[in-house]
Parts: sequence; C-alpha cells; structure tokens
Amino acid sequence: MVDLSVDIGGLKLKNPIMPASGTFSEDLAEVFDLDRLGAHVTKTITRGWRDGNPTPRVCEVNGSMLNSIGIPSKGVGAFLEKVVPFYAHYETPLVVSISGNTADEFATLCSEVSVPGVAAIEVNISCPNIEEDGKAFAIRPSSTHDVMRKLRAATDLPLWAKLTPNTGETSEVARAAEEGGADALVVANTILSMAIDINTRRPKLGNLMGGLSGPSLKPIALRMAYQCARATNIPVIGCGGISTIEDVIEYLIAGASAVQVGTATFIHPTAMISLIDGLEDWLAGQGLSSVRELVGSVIDGEQDEAVVFMEAAP
Amino acid sequence: MDAVPSIKAFELPLSVKSNDPVNGEYRRLVLAAPQDLLARCRAGQFFHLLCPQAGGETPYLRRPMSIYGFYPDQGELHFLYKVTGAGTRALATLALGDKLNVLGPLGEPFTIADDWQNLVLVARGVGLATLAPLALEANRLGRKLTAICSARHPDYLMSTDYFASLGADVITLTDAEGTSDLGNLEQVIEGLVAAGRADAFYTCGSNRMLRLLQTIGERHGIPGQIALEQQMACGIGMCHCCVRPFNRGDRQVHLRVCREGPVFDMMEAIAW
Repeated sequence: MVDLSVDIGGLKLKNPIMPASGTFSEDLAEVFDLDRLGAHVTKTITRGWRDGNPTPRVCEVNGSMLNSIGIPSKGVGAFLEKVVPFYAHYETPLVVSISGNTADEFATLCSEVSVPGVAAIEVNISCPNIEEDGKAFAIRPSSTHDVMRKLRAATDLPLWAKLTPNTGETSEVARAAEEGGADALVVANTILSMAIDINTRRPKLGNLMGGLSGPSLKPIALRMAYQCARATNIPVIGCGGISTIEDVIEYLIAGASAVQVGTATFIHPTAMISLIDGLEDWLAGQGLSSVRELVGSVIDGEQDEAVVFMEAAP
Repeated sequence: MDAVPSIKAFELPLSVKSNDPVNGEYRRLVLAAPQDLLARCRAGQFFHLLCPQAGGETPYLRRPMSIYGFYPDQGELHFLYKVTGAGTRALATLALGDKLNVLGPLGEPFTIADDWQNLVLVARGVGLATLAPLALEANRLGRKLTAICSARHPDYLMSTDYFASLGADVITLTDAEGTSDLGNLEQVIEGLVAAGRADAFYTCGSNRMLRLLQTIGERHGIPGQIALEQQMACGIGMCHCCVRPFNRGDRQVHLRVCREGPVFDMMEAIAW
C-alpha cells in the first residue's frame, strides 16, 4: 500500500493530483467522481461581474494551446451562493482561486471567500490577461510582496500564491511571496504568447495575445518549480504541461510536493484519475512506500554554477 | 443543489465501421458504439472527437462534431464532416477497424414543444448534418416536417432522401439553379406560414438564414431553435472558451456553446 498523501502548508491532501484553475468546474462531475482528486481548485473569480475577453478565446499551436479567456466571473455573491455549496458534497478540500485588479480589492475578496467549506485560497497574482499588456503582480518581487502582505492580513486560511513565468526574477518573486505570507507556491501560470493566421494576417486570439499551456510549457514551468523549491522553505505545487505519469514524477523529483493538471483534462477529461492510479503503480513498482520520498530527490549537487548562470540568462 | 451529479458524458475508444465520401465534399464516419451510449444521445447534441495524429497531421485539441445519426438498434453512431483542416484531414484517414476516442454525448439538444405540430427545418451544406437527427425525432413524435435544404449545387444536397424517407416534405434550393437566394427562401417560408405549416423553425450555421428566420419569426410570432458553433477547448464547460453573446431580456449575456448550447433559442441568438 503506497501512501499518496501530502501536506501542503498545513492542509493534508489524500493524493498530490489536483486540477489547475480554469480547467476545472462542477461540470466535470458529469464525467468522473470528483472525490478521487487530492483537491478541487476553482476557476479564478473576481469580486464583481466580468464578461471576459472577445472570441476566439482559444487556438491550438503544435502540441499545445493558447488561451485568452479573460477571467469571466459571476462575482463573489454568486460564487458563495452556488459554487461553495456544490463542493460541500465532497470530502476533497476546496481551494478557491481569486484575483483582483488592485491589492486592496484582492484582499477584500480574500476576506469574503474565507468561509466554511473553503480549505485554502489560491491567489492568482499571475494571470497574464487581467491587466493591460499582460502585467501582473507576480512579475516583480516588490509588487508580489505588497499584495501578499495584504492578502495575508485578510485571511487565516492557507494562502497559495500562483506565480507567473512572465518574469525574469523567479527566485526573488518566490521569496517575496514567502516573506509576504504565502503558505505554498503554485508554479506556474501560462506564459504570454501569440499566434497569427498567415492567410488573414490576424492574430488567432481575439485578445491578440494569450497564455501558452500544454506540453510545450512543461520544461519552463518545471525549471521554475525547481528554482522555487530551492529558493523557499514552503511547498511548491508544480503546474504546467503535465499530461503523463512521467511528467508528474519529474515535477516531484524537481521539488514539487503536489501537481496541478490543466490542459491535459481538455484532451482526456479523466486524465487526473489516470495519473493518480499511475502514480500509485509507479511508486509501488519502485518499492517506495510514500510519494513524499520522491519530493525534491533531484541529484543536482554539482551544478550550482550552471544554475546561477542560467538564472541570469534572459 | 441536492446531490452529486450523475455521470452523463463518457470518454470511449470506438471502432470505425466505415468512413466514406458521400459526395465531392463530405464524408460520413460510422462508428460502432455501445447501446447504452447511443440511448443517451439526443438530436442536436455533439461529441468531442480526439482526431488521430495521422497523415502528417498533428491536431491537439478535440474537435466538436454534431451527431448526424444515432441508431441504438444497429449500434451505430454517425458523423458527417467536410475536410477543412488538420482535424478533419486526420479524421479522413480513419479506416475500418481503427479506433477513434470520443467524448460525449455533450450539450443541450433540440426540443420540440407539445404544440409544435408543424416543424420547418432550414439548413445549408453541412448544417443539414446537425438537423438530420431532428427529422428522426419529429418522425418518432408524429410531427409534420418540412425540410428546406440549400446547397451550392444539387450534387451537394445531402440528407434529402433521408428526410423524405422520414415523411418530410423536402424543398431543395441551390445556387446553381438560382433558387437559393434569400428573397426566394423568404417566399418559400412565407408560403409555409400562410398554409399553417410553420409552428417552429430549426436552423443552424448560416448568419443570413438566422437573420431571415428571426425577421419572419418576429413578424408572425413563430419560435425557433438554432444550433451554433464556436472554437472549443474542453467541450464540457470548464474553460469558457466557446462563449457567444445572446440577447436575454434587455441585456446581452455570454453563454457557452458547449454547455448552455449548442442549441439555443433562435430569437435570442445574435447574428455574427
């Protein structure tokens, strides 16, 4: 019997597989039993109503996809009234993803969603679409620290900070989030990208630019998860391009304590279930008794100089 | 919210029974499907197809495709498609015995209200595929159906024999014969309205037809339904990629084609 349970900043999960925000909703309950998952992570909500971005909101690139959904949200009232009670039917802990245009608005929402039934709050300080030109709090250490301090003061629930690949200061941002009060880091969101139809010469997304997700993102997000695990003393939840059991194991070895699965669910809606079963089988096959034995087991002792050099590279 | 939802959509690898051209432009894909899956299907619903990586094509996301036919007795699920991109080019390579991974059935189906005795179906090209199972349902319910089928050329008219075999009155309009223009279509439909043969309209796909049917519908107080398309990612409702705007009351709302649709109230739909 393999122990799949992990502890994410005080929150115990029965297994380390959970959905990435924006790729999961109540609708998936019509495809499989949601209680199999380690956690439920909602699509990001904002305080007020948001329509989201113009269509097309999605396009595919070779082996991956771009999206610019733009966080359509029915607002916090509808969320507390309908979504939170839905998940009360499940034992799996509910993690609510939130975002805001300003640090104060963000903190107010953080306080408003700190209600019974919510086990942790994922703060999406990285969504590349919410502000003009893809700017987000988690691009810089200072803005990360400021917003995390305000969010920390607004709730007693565990806070997971979702970081962005659209930064050149991954380790510094990770440390700023930790110092600002994050209990865990989710690494990472989509990377700002673009695709153009060569026949019409128009960008393929209505919003012109969007976030890349899927297998192409994995090496980038894996590198970041590794950097964040080294830079901080809080759990890292790996996220980016995970679709196979090998991907999950790679993130765990890199230092992630758990992983989020997103785009793979669009291709195979039961992908997360396959990964939970596959992880258990793989660990058993390796003679490991706990998934925790794998976390951070990367052998990298002689590589310090290269790591420093690569971090300085653009 | 009283209980956990039941499982309604299934991801299954189905075997290809045939995949043949029906004319110069369209192909029909017939899959062997379990009876309990077929029993869940309704006219207007769709499946999300994981097109194979074949023929040099590498489609990534699933492709939504409306159900052309579902036959629990024969154990068959049918799709009609036009080869237009990487996904459908890959689909065209499927041969007898190959497996195709499907997810479904998905979306809200067409409905036929109790007092809609005379149905009018208006479609062009591949839109006829989406409306074909509606003819079967109308036949099952004993409703009268008029199918107005439009195409570029008589050779590209599809499903007309199928509609006729289900007892529908079939009216064909083609560009080649100069009968498919909107003016003529309006006259044809107005003729049906005057004869008391139009309690509800069903359509899909065409902007011009939608506008015309909305005008006629408003003029005579005739309701209708429309099946719409949009680029999709998940097909289930999580990602909110496939929204379209609709008029509801005095405001505009965004609805998901995969979840609240693909069948919508014709009068609420907004031409694009």
